[in-house]
Order: sequence, then C-alpha cells, then structure tokens
Amino acid sequence: MRFIFKTKYSQDINIAKHNGDRFWYSLLILIMTALPLVLDDFYLGEISYICILSIAGIGLMILSGYTGLASLGHAAFLGVGAYTHAFLLTNGIPFYASIPIVIIVSFLVGAAIGIPILRLTGMYLAIATLALGFIAEHVFIKWEHFTGGNRGLPVPQPEFLGMSFYDSVFFYYVCLLFLIAAMFAAINILRSPTGRAFVAIRDSEIAAQSLGVNLGLYKALSFAISGAFTGLAGALLAHYIGYLAPDIFNIFLSLTLLLLIVVGGMGSLHGTVFGAIFVGFLPQLIAICRDYLPSSIGSQPGLEPMLFGLILVFFILYEPLGIYGRWMKIKLFFELFPTYKRQTFKKQKVFTKSDRV
Amino acid sequence: MSLFEVKNITVAFGGVKALNDVSFGVDKGEIFTIIGPNGAGKSTLFNVISRIYEPSKGEIYFENQNISKTKPHNISKLGIARTFQNLELFENATVLQNLLLGRHIYKKTNILSEVFFTPSARKQEHEYRLKVEEVIDFLDLQHYRDTLINGLPYGVRKNVELARALCTDPKLLLLDEPSSGLTNEETIDLGFWIKDIQSLLGITIIMIEHDMSFVNKVSDRILALNYGKILASGLPEQIKNNADVKQAYMGE
Repeated sequence: MRFIFKTKYSQDINIAKHNGDRFWYSLLILIMTALPLVLDDFYLGEISYICILSIAGIGLMILSGYTGLASLGHAAFLGVGAYTHAFLLTNGIPFYASIPIVIIVSFLVGAAIGIPILRLTGMYLAIATLALGFIAEHVFIKWEHFTGGNRGLPVPQPEFLGMSFYDSVFFYYVCLLFLIAAMFAAINILRSPTGRAFVAIRDSEIAAQSLGVNLGLYKALSFAISGAFTGLAGALLAHYIGYLAPDIFNIFLSLTLLLLIVVGGMGSLHGTVFGAIFVGFLPQLIAICRDYLPSSIGSQPGLEPMLFGLILVFFILYEPLGIYGRWMKIKLFFELFPTYKRQTFKKQKVFTKSDRV
Repeated sequence: MSLFEVKNITVAFGGVKALNDVSFGVDKGEIFTIIGPNGAGKSTLFNVISRIYEPSKGEIYFENQNISKTKPHNISKLGIARTFQNLELFENATVLQNLLLGRHIYKKTNILSEVFFTPSARKQEHEYRLKVEEVIDFLDLQHYRDTLINGLPYGVRKNVELARALCTDPKLLLLDEPSSGLTNEETIDLGFWIKDIQSLLGITIIMIEHDMSFVNKVSDRILALNYGKILASGLPEQIKNNADVKQAYMGE
C-alpha cells in the first residue's frame, strides 16, 4: 500500500498527488497521442466522439454530480453550442475565434436559464429541465434564420492551422486537446473555493448558506459553467456530424448524457470518461447483439432506448457509484489484500438526519 | 452596549407563536446559555438569528447594526457562525474540505483565476489552509484530515462542525446543543474547549443546551425559555433556584 508522507500543503493542492499519478497519466496521454499510428479512420472517429461526449459529460457532472442539481435537458446546451458554432463559421469567423465565443454564449445562456429555473428543486427541477430540452428543440426548428429550421444547417469545415477538419487524424487531435483542456479546467474549478461551494450545496444547502455561500449565485454559476462545457462539446459535435438538424438534440441525447454520468460514477471526473466510453460504444454493441437475437426482438425499433433505460436502472440499484466506484473497489482490494472488507463501501445508515435545523 | 441584542422578537407559524416578544442582550466575551423544555423555541431563535426564519416582529442587533434584513449568506461575513442541532456537515467531502469551506467568506478569487488556477488562487489556498490547521490543532482533529465525514463517529462529527464554525473566524458563535450525543469524556473535553474558545480566542458564545451540570459549569448567564416566552434570565445559581424554571421542568 502506498503511503504518502506529506510535508507541504502544496501536496494537497497539486493535481498529481504522487509520482505514480504523474507516470500513469503521462503514459495515458502518450498512448492517446500515438493512437493514430495504429488505428484506422473509423475507430479514430469513434474515439473523437467519445472525447466529445466526455466534455459534455464533464459539464453535466459539474451540475448533477457535484452541485446535486438534476438536468434532463442538457442536449439543449449541445444544440446551443453546435448552432452558434456553425452560424459563426458560416459567417466567416475563424475556428480559433469561434470557440471562445461559443463558450461565452453557452455560459451566458446557462446563466440566463439557470437564474429562474434554479428556484425549483428536486423533482420539479428535473421536470423544468426536461421542458427546457423540448423548448430548445422547438426553438431550433422555428428560428430558421439562425438554424435553418428543419432543412438543417451544413457545418463549414474550415482550414485550421493549415489542416482540414475532414482529416480524421487532425480532428481526433483537436478533440483530444479540448478534452485534456476541459479536464484541467474542471479539476481547477473543483479544487478551488467555487468547486467546494458546489459540493457544499449538494450536501447541505442550509450549512452552505450559513457559511456564506450565496445559494442563488452559485447554483446559477454551476448551471452556467455546465452550459459552457456542454456548449464546447456541442461545437465539436457540429464538426463531427457535419450537418445539423434540430432532431439531433432531442430528449434521447439528454438521457444519453444522464446515462453517461450515472454509469461513469456520480461525483467523479474519471467517471465522465468511463461513462463516455460506455455510451459511445453501446450503440455499436447493441447493433452487434441485434444480429444474434431472434428477429422478433432484434428488429424492434425501440430496443436501444429500452436497453439504455434498463442499464440506468441496473446501475442505480446495484452500482450507485458507477464504473469509477467499481474501479476504486478493485484498487482498494489489491491495496489492502488480504484484509479487504466489503463493508468498506457500504453506505452507513444515518439516523440523525431530519428536516429540522 | 451589548455586542448582540434581540429586541421583541416574535415568530409565528400560522397561529402558533414559537417565540413571543423575546428580548435579551449578550455582552462581549460572555458564554450565554439558552435552556428550556422541548418546543420552547430555542432552535427557532437560532434560525431567526441566522436568518433562515423571518421574524414576524422585532429586530436583531449585532455590533449596533440592525441585521434583521441581512441576507442569510451575509450573516457569516458579519462574524456570526453557527452549528446545527442535527449536524449539517458535507457528508461526501473530507474533513479538510469541510473546514476549508469555513474560509469561503474570505474568497477573493474569481471564476477565471480559478479555471486557470493562477498563482493568486494557489496562494489563497495556502492562506486558507494555514488558518484551518490552527483550528485542527486547537480541536485535535489531526487524525481525520483526509477522512470522509461519512466514515466518522458521531462525536468527531460534532467536533468537525464546531471546527468548521471556528474556521470562519467569528466574533459570535451559536452552538445548538453541542453536547448532545457525546460521551461523558467528550462532554468534559467540550467544556474545556468552550472555555478556551472564550478565553483564548475571545469569541462570544450563545449556546442551547440541555445537560444542566454542563450548563452550570460553563455558562456566565442563562436564559430560560418556555412556550416561546422568557421564563427567567440571570446567573446559573439564580436560574437553578427559580420557581418558574422548576415548574417548567419538573411540573410541580
């Protein structure tokens, strides 16, 4: 078992807690950089898509996993990002200028929606965000000047640094770079006072308030930050799809994002990547399984959403900490071997909780 | 002039008056205890002070400033910290993170400097940590820094909540039943700590408490409430021998 001897406060602040961290994460980045040497275009495209999903997942994770606010309409932000990006590119704004504008626009949209909507809590908030998803979809259909309506909007694929977005290797590197940047940004937010305030709101609003956290402000901020990350993912998604239509940003995409964070593990940034890998490959897996199922089941059109729902329920019931939680358990098993106890992760019943303060 | 003053506070929930025309003052450096049977309105009083409940009538003054209209999240900035009757800790965070939240009111960084974690953000973290370490040393929490609250025994959790309140560097500390659920030894320790908070840190304390021997040991003055009204207030001996208080507790 590794024992970290702490002699400086910086050791608690730094991202990498020990040399092992540094080694493994550098190795991971190295492998990811070298992937285009081994994989063909199809798989690179898939992994680019997973990177995009991860960025969107980070957005939703900050909102739901860390601030404890549910959102069932996050595809709206993907849509805002994608349409804004496509609109800007169509009007001749270069890629490097468009991305920051997209981030700012989605941040502001998040704040504007967040301020009224976050007066609601729990179930009501979930319903309101669900409605938000539907409203956004309709706005994308009706606001033809901006979105092209049901005809759709082709996404220009401009040259950037002398490379084209049609080149899947280049696009893969762009996505990977943005994922790494987004990851660092999220880690930085979470290790600073704002991130702690989010966690405080999740665990006890009343205590957060009495410690000086402005609930309205920080909830709106969380929504805005979440919107900014998801908007960025939307901009990249626009390049990935190449042609935007309103029905891409439907409820099913929102639920995919929700599935992503639940399967990955609520309240962990690792979870967003694990979850993205899972939901990224799941449709392929289901497509393969269809061939082996009896045709009466295999050719059913609603098979995919049904399986998504089933998996969501399965994870909430049997692995509430998600894939990342399972990974932690396996790691601890080997660290403590042979003294690991299953009870370590059992949730303790709390008898002192009540609504009285 | 007192440090803290409550003037004619009335809180009504529908027809029930949880507090009825309550007035008292607390001097700087005092340990002021509020006692009373269940439902007397003690916790309601605390919730009015920390602005969770809106009083129907009356005013609250802190350092000669009327705080009856202050926003709840600004109360701690004035220098009033509190603990809760039923522990309101951040369960899925470590002790250290809980305590660092106590420094939230001193936050100077904005979201941009946090996204890039600029040197100023790092410096601020160091400053937070220095104060937190002081409190950790004061309350003997060294063993628990990196433990999740989930896995801590009740007594330690109580202690962490007290520590979190101290991290805000308050002038006035509101303790809601600090000794409930503690063992005998823990209660004795708590008594010493409360005395130390008063004498070493110079913090004024208002405390709600049921354990009368503990109350008599630490308090300078006592206020007895019943059914939202003040029964008596004065020195511990006076309260002990007060006929109304005996009546409320024993029911002669």
